[in-house]
Amino acid sequence: MRGKGAAALAGLLGTALVLTACGGGSSDGGSDSGGASGKGPFTFVTGKDNSGTMPYIADEWNKAHPDEKVTIKQQSDSADQQLSDLQQHFQSKDANYDVVTVDVVWTAEFAAKGWLVPLKDDYAIDQAALLPATVDAATYNGTQYAAPYASDGGLLYYRKDLVKKAPTTWDELIADCDGKTTKGTIKGSKPGCYAGQLAKYEGLTVNAAEAINATGGTIVSEDGKSSTVDSAQATTGLDFLVNGFKDGYIPKEALGFKETESLNAFSAGQLMFMRNWPYAAAILSGDSSKVADKYGIAPLPGPDGHGASSLGGHSVAISQYSDTKGSALEFLKFMQSEEVQRNDLTVGTLAPVLSSLYTDEALVKKFTYLPDLLKSIESAVPRPVTPFYPAVTQAIQTNAYAAMQGDTTTAEALKNMAAAINSAAAGG
Amino acid sequence: MSITSEPIAENAADTSGKRRRRKRDKTIHTGESRLAFLLLAPTLIMLTVIVGYPIIKAIYQSFLTDPGLDSSGFFNEGNSWNGLANYKHWLLQQCPGAGGVTESCPTGNLGAQFWSSVGITIGFTVVTVLLETIIGMCFALMMHRAFKGRALVRVAILIPWAIPTAVIAKLWIVIFDPQGVLNNVLGTDFAWTSESGPARAAIVIADVWKTTPFIALLILAGLQGISNEIYESAKVDGANAWQRFWRITLPLVKPALAVAVIFRSLDVLRMYDLPWILTQGANGTTTMSILVVRQLNSGLNSASALSTITFIIIFAIALGLVRLFNANIVERGTR
Repeated sequence: MRGKGAAALAGLLGTALVLTACGGGSSDGGSDSGGASGKGPFTFVTGKDNSGTMPYIADEWNKAHPDEKVTIKQQSDSADQQLSDLQQHFQSKDANYDVVTVDVVWTAEFAAKGWLVPLKDDYAIDQAALLPATVDAATYNGTQYAAPYASDGGLLYYRKDLVKKAPTTWDELIADCDGKTTKGTIKGSKPGCYAGQLAKYEGLTVNAAEAINATGGTIVSEDGKSSTVDSAQATTGLDFLVNGFKDGYIPKEALGFKETESLNAFSAGQLMFMRNWPYAAAILSGDSSKVADKYGIAPLPGPDGHGASSLGGHSVAISQYSDTKGSALEFLKFMQSEEVQRNDLTVGTLAPVLSSLYTDEALVKKFTYLPDLLKSIESAVPRPVTPFYPAVTQAIQTNAYAAMQGDTTTAEALKNMAAAINSAAAGG
Repeated sequence: MSITSEPIAENAADTSGKRRRRKRDKTIHTGESRLAFLLLAPTLIMLTVIVGYPIIKAIYQSFLTDPGLDSSGFFNEGNSWNGLANYKHWLLQQCPGAGGVTESCPTGNLGAQFWSSVGITIGFTVVTVLLETIIGMCFALMMHRAFKGRALVRVAILIPWAIPTAVIAKLWIVIFDPQGVLNNVLGTDFAWTSESGPARAAIVIADVWKTTPFIALLILAGLQGISNEIYESAKVDGANAWQRFWRITLPLVKPALAVAVIFRSLDVLRMYDLPWILTQGANGTTTMSILVVRQLNSGLNSASALSTITFIIIFAIALGLVRLFNANIVERGTR
């Protein structure tokens, strides 16, 4: 009786283990097979098409390439699920995942696992017309592995009815808030001063990295194998966020803010300054916004002069296991072509990677934030390019969050951050 | 018969025990049992394949290394024998440091969060199951009584349980918003999901709200199995309401209660969705399951070790609970 009960329990609980047993396997080296010759129909795997740009891409490509038709496979719209779907298919060497969309922060890991075709020699693509930061983010160990097609950079949204001119430095921002905002918590009729995406999730890595990069600090070394974050510059940078909570210019609610929450607070008139992505502009101008005609957009502020944005965005890459690498390469070039880039912006409000579009008169008229976004992306620093990104981002989030909450000093947090990143790189 | 000296529950349990023994004495034909085995075989094989294989594979993998970066900048295969290193990483907080030395896991490394996640998970389990049992008992007693509008009360109590957890979590996010309903009603200004204490309280509140009906339902089923005659004779003997509850209701509903508590404890020990949606594990709400899923992104074999440890911890607790309740039930049944 007791034994049977134990066995049944074991079975029940075993399902917890099943979770991790799925998708085992191993990675391959980085060897390349064959030239850019394989032609034929292929599959393009990408995240859920929230921007509605994929039908245009499929139609245009298929019209021009009737013998090499593309099939678009959409994944879920959660980045975590997209990542594990790609990992599983790469681990099983799936030849049907020919071209895949890669988030900027996954590039290094995928490249180091040998899953992506390096874009050199037969696969070289001319990237001269692109914004350099986007190409850097798709580069690992000196080799480009993915072709950027959508970029993203942080912007400062400010209340132009409360300040005449957007602040360019952190000190100006804090001074602008003086007397016009409430300290510590959002309450009453006055707005809070500043907020970004400071909940403990990927957004915090973005915001913390921006603060650290703005002061000239770095998080990982060039090769991505060790940490450089335990520095005086990084301390000054992170202190902008930490002191925000201490001195009250960041309301404590911001510790729970992701993109949507910060946007909601700003659009309800509860914030004077907000850091967010370009997509926020469309929503702030919409009907439900209380600040539709009261907000302005500027590049992010920094310690002295404009700050550094973290780079967001997506690239397309060719799977090492694809049989149609030739067609795939042409498709990569097509994704970076001006017509697709233009459509991505006008239909899907995706930030283009082609620098020429940012000064295109017709586009600037429609998307007035383009010049500021260009500044933001030009000064953007990729988030740590490291094959251990999942562990590195955990190290950054955990320690930056602890410092913002006042559980530890900034210096101690950065020391732990560095140790945790080094440990991750050593295989922990 | 006096109420104080001999609880009626024992008698009831006694008769059912006798019935069981009589049944067991009947011998089953060997042919029949062979047929039964044949009929069960496909299910057993399926279970071995879909449950047994992954468990054994996961346990095997937990002894292997994760892929590491070699000097060329590419990952090696990993999967070489690693002994107990993965287990030491979690249990003893051993992390590889720069330069190949082993050091204590720094804050920000998932390994450093292991013991706190165990404590948090067990803490959640104790608090939520206790609250749910007490409130669930009240609900069940309420639903059991015949009064006007009983059907309505029953439906109202059961609704939270019928809503998917993810939906409930989203609902509570709105309630827990710093400018949200709860702060307005209580007159507080907690940032519910972004301060340690309130974040844990928030998860307990949401979980209790959702799953109390489950316990109530199981207890109600137990209550409905108690014959009214027992209560009537107790009343005749002069037992007051309190005595009837302690001496009749509680002992007789105990088997149902035990099942409810064990099920709920297992559920809370595996809890993932609610804290993940409410807090992403921030502010001291990282449960063991959340830690496993986080580790999955950075190393499968180490995650296997962690899920094996989690498995053993939950298994041990569950077994302990089964023993505890069983012992009591059996003891009463055979005395």
